Amino acid sequence: MTAPLPASLQLCVRRRRVPTASGATIQVSLRVPSDVACIEEVVDLLVRHCCGDSWLCRKRRFNLRVAIAEALANAIVAGNQEDRSKSVQVEAELGAEQVRVVITDQGTGFTPTAYAPPTLPEDLERDNGRGLFLIRHLVDDVRFNAQGNSICMTLRRR
Amino acid sequence: MGFSATRDASGVYLIRVEGQLIVGNRQELKTAIQEALDHGERRFVIDFSRTGYIDSSGLGALVSISKKVREQGGELRLAGLNEDLRSLFELTKLDTLFAISDTAERAVGSFAG
Repeated sequence: MTAPLPASLQLCVRRRRVPTASGATIQVSLRVPSDVACIEEVVDLLVRHCCGDSWLCRKRRFNLRVAIAEALANAIVAGNQEDRSKSVQVEAELGAEQVRVVITDQGTGFTPTAYAPPTLPEDLERDNGRGLFLIRHLVDDVRFNAQGNSICMTLRRR
Repeated sequence: MGFSATRDASGVYLIRVEGQLIVGNRQELKTAIQEALDHGERRFVIDFSRTGYIDSSGLGALVSISKKVREQGGELRLAGLNEDLRSLFELTKLDTLFAISDTAERAVGSFAG
């Protein structure tokens, strides 16, 4: 179930088709308020606008949904500290063989290498620390900018 | 996310999650379980058969709920995880932490005896 967005949290979506040598590329751009209530709606929008009904198989579509939800949560909660005066910029690009999603917050950034996998027996009862681990396992490529406030996730079609 | 809660004749408290379990709504589930614990419930099943995806905050909430239930002498079982959701539990090794049944009916039945 998707909760309706408050009127003040309307999302702005710009979608355009860009011809490239490898075939038409669809670009989607969104500016998202720093409100976790928006995450589910943004995930639905991105997947719907980028992937249609059959571009990705069910499993990879699921992976994309979870990875986007995780990255948005990181950006809103850890990056922007849920400061409503800040926003999160989302850029998605659908190529012939891959989809790439870039999510950028207005925080100070973090060092992604400092986080250990949370799968050791002594860590299983931790109630946090799995977000980046999930992203890295669900998409094909993950990169951060130098500041650490922007993540670029790439998922290949196959 | 919404959810419905029922208590069957054998005293199992069944919560059906409707929709995603993510950072924006995990607290609702934690609060519901805490309130049930406060009312004396001790045997819980959470049914995810109507859930599309769970994020790391949702997984963390389940870990936290599991600890609280155990601390109060109770037991928690999960049910209705489709193949995709189950893969998240396997990836994070949380399938070794939770008792997981294919269906809510089996999870409820597993408390008997």
